[in-house]
Amino acid sequence: MSKVDLSRFKFDGLKQNPLADLRDLSDEDKDQLLMAGVTSDLSTRSASYLQMDQNAVHCKSNNPDVEIMDIKDALVKYDGLKEYFWTLVDKDKDEYTRSAYDNLHGGYFIRVKAGAKVEEPIQSCLMLKTENVGQNVHNIIIIEEGAEAHIITGCSVAHGTTAGAHLGISEFFVKKNASLTFTMVHNWSEHVAVRPRSAGVVEEGGTFLNNYVLLKPVMDLQMYPAITLNGANALARFNSVVVASKGALLDMGNRVVMNAPNTRCEIIARTIASGGTIINRGHIGAHAVPSKGHLECQSLIVGDGRSWAIPELDGTVEGVELSHEASVGKIAQEEIEYLMARGLDEEEATATIVRGFLNTDIMGLPERLQKEIDKQIDELQASGSM
Amino acid sequence: MLTIEDLHVNIGDKEVLRGINLQINEGETFILFGPNGSGKTSLLMTLMGFSGYDVTKGTIIFKGQDITRMPMYERARLGIGMSFQRPPTIHGLRTRHLVRMCSRNGEVNPDALAQSVNMTEFLDRDINAGFSGGEIKRSELLQLMAQQPDLVLFDEPESGVDMENMQLVGKVARDVLDGNYKTFPDLSLKERKQRIKTAGLIITHTGYILDYVNADRGQVLFKGHLCCEGRPRDIMEHIREHGYQECVRCMN
Repeated sequence: MSKVDLSRFKFDGLKQNPLADLRDLSDEDKDQLLMAGVTSDLSTRSASYLQMDQNAVHCKSNNPDVEIMDIKDALVKYDGLKEYFWTLVDKDKDEYTRSAYDNLHGGYFIRVKAGAKVEEPIQSCLMLKTENVGQNVHNIIIIEEGAEAHIITGCSVAHGTTAGAHLGISEFFVKKNASLTFTMVHNWSEHVAVRPRSAGVVEEGGTFLNNYVLLKPVMDLQMYPAITLNGANALARFNSVVVASKGALLDMGNRVVMNAPNTRCEIIARTIASGGTIINRGHIGAHAVPSKGHLECQSLIVGDGRSWAIPELDGTVEGVELSHEASVGKIAQEEIEYLMARGLDEEEATATIVRGFLNTDIMGLPERLQKEIDKQIDELQASGSM
Repeated sequence: MLTIEDLHVNIGDKEVLRGINLQINEGETFILFGPNGSGKTSLLMTLMGFSGYDVTKGTIIFKGQDITRMPMYERARLGIGMSFQRPPTIHGLRTRHLVRMCSRNGEVNPDALAQSVNMTEFLDRDINAGFSGGEIKRSELLQLMAQQPDLVLFDEPESGVDMENMQLVGKVARDVLDGNYKTFPDLSLKERKQRIKTAGLIITHTGYILDYVNADRGQVLFKGHLCCEGRPRDIMEHIREHGYQECVRCMN
């Protein structure tokens, strides 16, 4: 694993002023937020949290069933969140977790109350505003029994910011028969280092659906969120669409551990290395039966790049059903010729195939975000980097 | 419409077509017979312009233009369309989107076309993903209807299709060749026929397709040579009775 030299970044003293209304952001920063799936039009959101650099600048819920606050306030209100805070991620795991433990800047606390079916997405954004800022955040997400919610979280640089470090701890708690769709869009920049450390538990009958999109450049990103299915009939599904642009080093993957009967999981990653390196990990552990898991990492190398797929399956009892499919390849000549026979020239055919490869329809995203992602793919293709 | 002169084609070092001469006129449907490995598919692939089929000698003239070295997409734009036997699945590419792209002039209504080949429910699926034999044929026809080529290359329209689907595939194949489909719903049948004079080059093993399309002429391709020109039904009957032995005798 590559190391990020944290001493290069400023982890202290970068306070930003509160923002009563997200519409007061500059147009450029609004665009940056939009690219990460976060809108300043709050009529389509149940709740919003925005952090800039080292403190929360906006935090508001429009839905009484959604509690959203700065993690620091939640720690005070809930007496240290003892059942949740640092229970899934080890604070001594590495220097990044220690940095977040020793010098907490903020992060969001989201609690969706038992039985609530929250229609509009909850959104959060962790933004790097100042050049070379170091940001330590810790997020706690609790979906109480029988509740349902969709959280869209965008991590973004502000307009013009090129360098920074984002260290983020996230701990997810999906309770009995609850359902969480967690969509994360990363909108970083060429010199940003990113170290999320995420883990979650899903209880009986719970569902955790995770979407991840990274189409923008980033310098160095390493993450390996782990979800443990602790109750019967729990389900986890990960869908990722990732492009490793020029100079990027991405070491990412998903881990699911199935500890209860009738658990299921699916991890699907579609990645393109176009100038960068991607290490695409995946791990499914099955320790109870019946259980079923499928892991898929499909990767294309377009131009230069390296793609290293590491799928792992670990079954420890008779009767588990685990499978994986991994591929690292190029765009198939057969597919190009099929489209050329319909009148598309080679460039159009290639672009169409790449477009399809990165298709995120399956994620069921809100229309606005879907359009934004489609636009980013168009821009990526128009830039000629793929 | 299409004139092939002394066409020689290699796949690697192996010569698969050895001096083909063939003329297909505007609106004419031509049937190509021949045993496995005789070069039928190679001829279609060469006409479409696939990589790996090296023309070592001869010319292909289409609509008065020498297309022998022309890239595939230019041939398609000039009016050659092909129904694939085993088309690839393209992840994330919806059938609807591909149908739209097939029609370069934009005059296409995917829903109306899909209805005529019973493919409505496939429009929002990835192209060819998990399609059965019959569904592949219908999807290929759907794309051809949008593309509106002047020459259609059909590689075994009946392969992998059950009898029930064969009816539909055969009927639509005929519609494509005769111009009876719903591309121009505002035009009368007569106008459509005037506008669409599609020629066809069809490979068949079983001859089932002859029950549906109005085939004008036919010929047997045997070991890279064309021989035995005749009426398609006569040729079919002859092959059913005598196999391709007669072709061997005929050629010697």
